[in-house]
Amino acid sequence: MPANPFNAFTDYGIGIGLRVPHYQHILTRQPVVDWFEIISENFMVDGGRPLEVLDQILEQYRVVQHGVSLYFGSADPFDRAHLRRLKALVKRTRTPWLTDHLCWGSVDGTYTHDLLPMPYTFAAARRTAEKIRQVRDYLEVPICVENVSSYAEFHVSEMTEWEFLTEVVERADCGILLDVNNIYVSSRNHDFNPYDYVDGVPAHRVAQMHIAGHTKFEKYILDTHDHPVIDPVWKLYAHAVRRVGVTATLLEWDDKIPSFGEVHAEALKANEFLAGARTAHAAARPRAAAVR
Amino acid sequence: MRPPVRAPRRLRSTGDLRALQRLMAAAVMRPLTAASRTQRRWNDGRPAAAVIGSFIKPNDRLGAVERLEIYNRMYWFRLLDCLLEDFPGVRAVLGERRFLRLAEAYLVRHPSRSFTLRNLGRGLAEFIRAEPRRTAPRTVLAGDMARFEWAQVEAFDGEARPALTPAEIAGVNPARLRLGLQPYLSLLTLDYAVDDLVLAVKKDALRGDASNAPEAAPTARRSRPVRLPRRERVFLAVHRYQGTLYFKRLEPAAARLLTLLQAGRTLARACAEALPPRTAASPAQQRRLQAWFQNWAALGWFCRR
Repeated sequence: MPANPFNAFTDYGIGIGLRVPHYQHILTRQPVVDWFEIISENFMVDGGRPLEVLDQILEQYRVVQHGVSLYFGSADPFDRAHLRRLKALVKRTRTPWLTDHLCWGSVDGTYTHDLLPMPYTFAAARRTAEKIRQVRDYLEVPICVENVSSYAEFHVSEMTEWEFLTEVVERADCGILLDVNNIYVSSRNHDFNPYDYVDGVPAHRVAQMHIAGHTKFEKYILDTHDHPVIDPVWKLYAHAVRRVGVTATLLEWDDKIPSFGEVHAEALKANEFLAGARTAHAAARPRAAAVR
Repeated sequence: MRPPVRAPRRLRSTGDLRALQRLMAAAVMRPLTAASRTQRRWNDGRPAAAVIGSFIKPNDRLGAVERLEIYNRMYWFRLLDCLLEDFPGVRAVLGERRFLRLAEAYLVRHPSRSFTLRNLGRGLAEFIRAEPRRTAPRTVLAGDMARFEWAQVEAFDGEARPALTPAEIAGVNPARLRLGLQPYLSLLTLDYAVDDLVLAVKKDALRGDASNAPEAAPTARRSRPVRLPRRERVFLAVHRYQGTLYFKRLEPAAARLLTLLQAGRTLARACAEALPPRTAASPAQQRRLQAWFQNWAALGWFCRR
């Protein structure tokens, strides 16, 4: 059963990102994978190899769409042509939910192609929530927003990042894609306690989690998605899973991509923590019933 | 749109949010110095620290400019890497350093207006033509190569319409038949045999993924020296077949014929305009014409208009 009202996909298990170097392995060997996450923009094309591969994947696997260009936090209105393309892809994949980032990246129609941090203000939260609602109503699919890793903070911010995330998702009435690695990266870059973040978000809205590796530099950490997950991130993930319950989880590995088997094995390490959460929730249910 | 001179002190409205985003986007998209650092002066001569420090907070390890610089570098590394990936032939023609200067100038003049990096290089060939000093004396070659490589991007994931079968075409009066060509098919008339360079700068058949993972500095790459193609007029069709990219040399008359069909001429009119009148009706020319059409139909190039 779902761990929370926004998490109807408890049984989704552990997914990995569908990446070009693994296409041949997946299509020929057909490995057992709970689900694949696709980057929507890679398949918002008119035809050709990307859609041919996607259709073959869809014949055998469950796919969830993850985007990098909706920019819910941009002051600009949405580009309708962009949304039409996205809706066509949603119909093709039948994604059960759709995720993109709590960030901005374009202004006046010019795109930076980056996930830029938000100023954590009430006005920004109102605008962002309004746009999330627009997308949900147009695409007719549940939306979950992902916290990004960041390297800068604004003078105008009026709250913490997790308070801002909460403000946005409560106003938009949407789900959260909780990226545990991003919380860890930002906590090191901005000197906050990552456990305060995990404890501060509305657990009942967390529908999916991300885990990933990163790169540490002398004065900051960069979210590079090119390493295995480090122990402090696994520990934070374990804490998040204990708080939220069993949740669909995905490993991101986008650069220096190793073999399919290596990426999948790294992702499956999450099973250990999910099993613990499953046991804890199973144990908790009879007690709750007894109290009633 | 010019960025605001200073950041809003409070953020109370969507207008304030837009002003802040305009200023930060301007900072993120400013060209880096030769050492891949953020420029220390703003456009109007003020210290960049004063402008960036007006909206970015420092911490105990990094100043405001250093924090913004992370985004500034990632912007340029990501976009230059995309152009390097899509235009390895232009890079081979110009050399690494000159290509990067060209790409930077192009991106300053034509920042991305699309949600996808797939479209980033759409205007590069035109930019090369419009600003020849950046590529002289190899402007024509660089422009031809840019058109050839952009055609490969289009062929990779362009729309495919249902192909017309010979049976659907047979029996239709040529004076009334207007054939469409597949949107993914590009017809190029070039002054250099740029297809000769393909093996020298062969790139992966599949494009890379979009993600939020940062790119490494593109200057770390090295391109091998290549033998430049000879100057000769060539006609190329860049297309895909069963998911794989191909290019095909065309005879001049075949290229003319396809171009006229693409422009909307009827089959009869296109043949009349494309083929020399003296030879058009000759048996040899008829056989050649038939072979062309059989080949193009087998490749699935024809579709409804």
